[in-house]
Amino acid sequence: MRLWRKLTWEELKLFAREPLTVVFAFGFPLVMLFVLAEVFGTAPETPDPGDPIAFRGVSPLSYYVPAYVALAAAAVGLVMVPSHLAGYRERGVLRRFRAASIPASTVFGALVAVQYALALVGGLLVVVAAYLAYDFPVPEAYVGPFVAFLVTVTAFAALGILLGAVMPSPRAAQGFGVMLFFVMMMLSGAGPPVDVMSPTMQNIGKAMPLWHGVVAIQDPWLGEGWNWGELGVVLAVAAVAGALAVAAFRRRT
Amino acid sequence: MKTDPVITAQGLRKAYGPTTAVDGVSFSVEASEVFGLLGSNGAGKTTTVECLEGLRKPDAGTVRVLGVDPRAHPERLRGRVGCQLQESHLPDRMRVWEALDLFAAAAPKPLDWTEVLAAWGLSGKRDAAFASLSGGQRQRLLVALALVTDPEVVFLDEMTTGLDPAARHTTWELIEAIRERGTTVVLVTHFMDEAERLCDRIAIMDDGRIVAMGTPRALIEAEVGTVRVKFSTSRSDGRAGDCGWLTGVPHVQAVRRRGDTVEVDGDGPVLAHVAGALLARGLEPVDLRVERPTLEETFLKLTGHGLE
Repeated sequence: MRLWRKLTWEELKLFAREPLTVVFAFGFPLVMLFVLAEVFGTAPETPDPGDPIAFRGVSPLSYYVPAYVALAAAAVGLVMVPSHLAGYRERGVLRRFRAASIPASTVFGALVAVQYALALVGGLLVVVAAYLAYDFPVPEAYVGPFVAFLVTVTAFAALGILLGAVMPSPRAAQGFGVMLFFVMMMLSGAGPPVDVMSPTMQNIGKAMPLWHGVVAIQDPWLGEGWNWGELGVVLAVAAVAGALAVAAFRRRT
Repeated sequence: MKTDPVITAQGLRKAYGPTTAVDGVSFSVEASEVFGLLGSNGAGKTTTVECLEGLRKPDAGTVRVLGVDPRAHPERLRGRVGCQLQESHLPDRMRVWEALDLFAAAAPKPLDWTEVLAAWGLSGKRDAAFASLSGGQRQRLLVALALVTDPEVVFLDEMTTGLDPAARHTTWELIEAIRERGTTVVLVTHFMDEAERLCDRIAIMDDGRIVAMGTPRALIEAEVGTVRVKFSTSRSDGRAGDCGWLTGVPHVQAVRRRGDTVEVDGDGPVLAHVAGALLARGLEPVDLRVERPTLEETFLKLTGHGLE
């Protein structure tokens, strides 16, 4: 437990020293949120009769803030962790740790804890920035969105460790992770609103975990109550990715 | 009373696909001994120590380190075994003190890492990132990490490969310092001079097997067996001639002349007989000497090939 705490703190420091981490997890969602809020405005949506509803009947800002909170989790899991872990594998850091009685399970435990911490900071930054910069309506509920957020972080943490386990090199992990990140961002409600996407875009989006994470956070946030179905999907992603990650690392050692 | 060996390997075997890396290796290492595994690249040295470190599962055979099976009960060896692995790194941005602090935390009774830092001359690099260290500094840090847990056994795998001669000699002094602490050392190397200088006993590995084992001196004497006597004499000195007459002297096996230098191979008391024969002819070479065969010659004889 003491070793895990020490390693978690050490990993936090290592990530904080990585410029890419800071940019992706903390800077990027803020910039995107600023652009979208400036373009689409912060007033509640009032479509003319017959026009489609794009932002679920709320202001674009209210629509996007939950999506970008979810995106912070995706940035940590897809962009930061895979190349970090693949680098550990490639450079023998995991073996070095194991030989010093720091088991891989402790390393993974520390990485999961770090991902919760970083995603939490990234998500909070989005909420606080929206609150300070714009007249941002507070969420309708807190527990529901928070639980959905934690589940989403768990799913992306497991995906991050899985990618770190199976990608052949840190560069490959980085490239693949960044690609997944942008595809998910564009097609999961953090880019164009999902209600104005073509059916094809929607189908691709639904095949990816971020879509379900966004809806699971958004629904209770906007006062529509817990979305148990979407929450279940995200939980299933976490379970499957976690099991695959453990299996992949067992096979490698 | 003889204590139990610190390390035993019995019939160790490990194959990677069709390639057999280690093929029935058995040896034991006594307490406070510096034991060398010597061999060319691909001889199976690293695989052998990786099995001892518990990093690899042998296909067959048994391994005991401090009486413990390292694969089955790694937790019983926590802090008791230190490892310096070949080709292993730390995260680039990890600082020297952070690495020592972390590795110390993994052991039940670690040393005070600030003292280890000072002992290995790294105090000035306390806050330096791993990536910024020179090769010699990295090597020292990796050894310091292996020792910060206050281990009873340390494994050092190819620690001088890629170092310049000055750094190599510094590293040798470090290893001698470890021996002084009474720590048992297993040293993997493909440098003859390193093994000859540092090890109490050596196992020579070739093609996955141990081909010879013993103290460096015993290995050299058992395998090479010959003593080489050298002296200089001018070619034009008629009393010496081509020195072929020396073959008639007892214990002499062969005589070679290389320019002004004469090499005489023989056994046992050959030096005394050669000296007597030279004096009898009125020759008094000032540089008459015995050249001891090196481990390198032993190695060549045993394996039939060089180290590269």
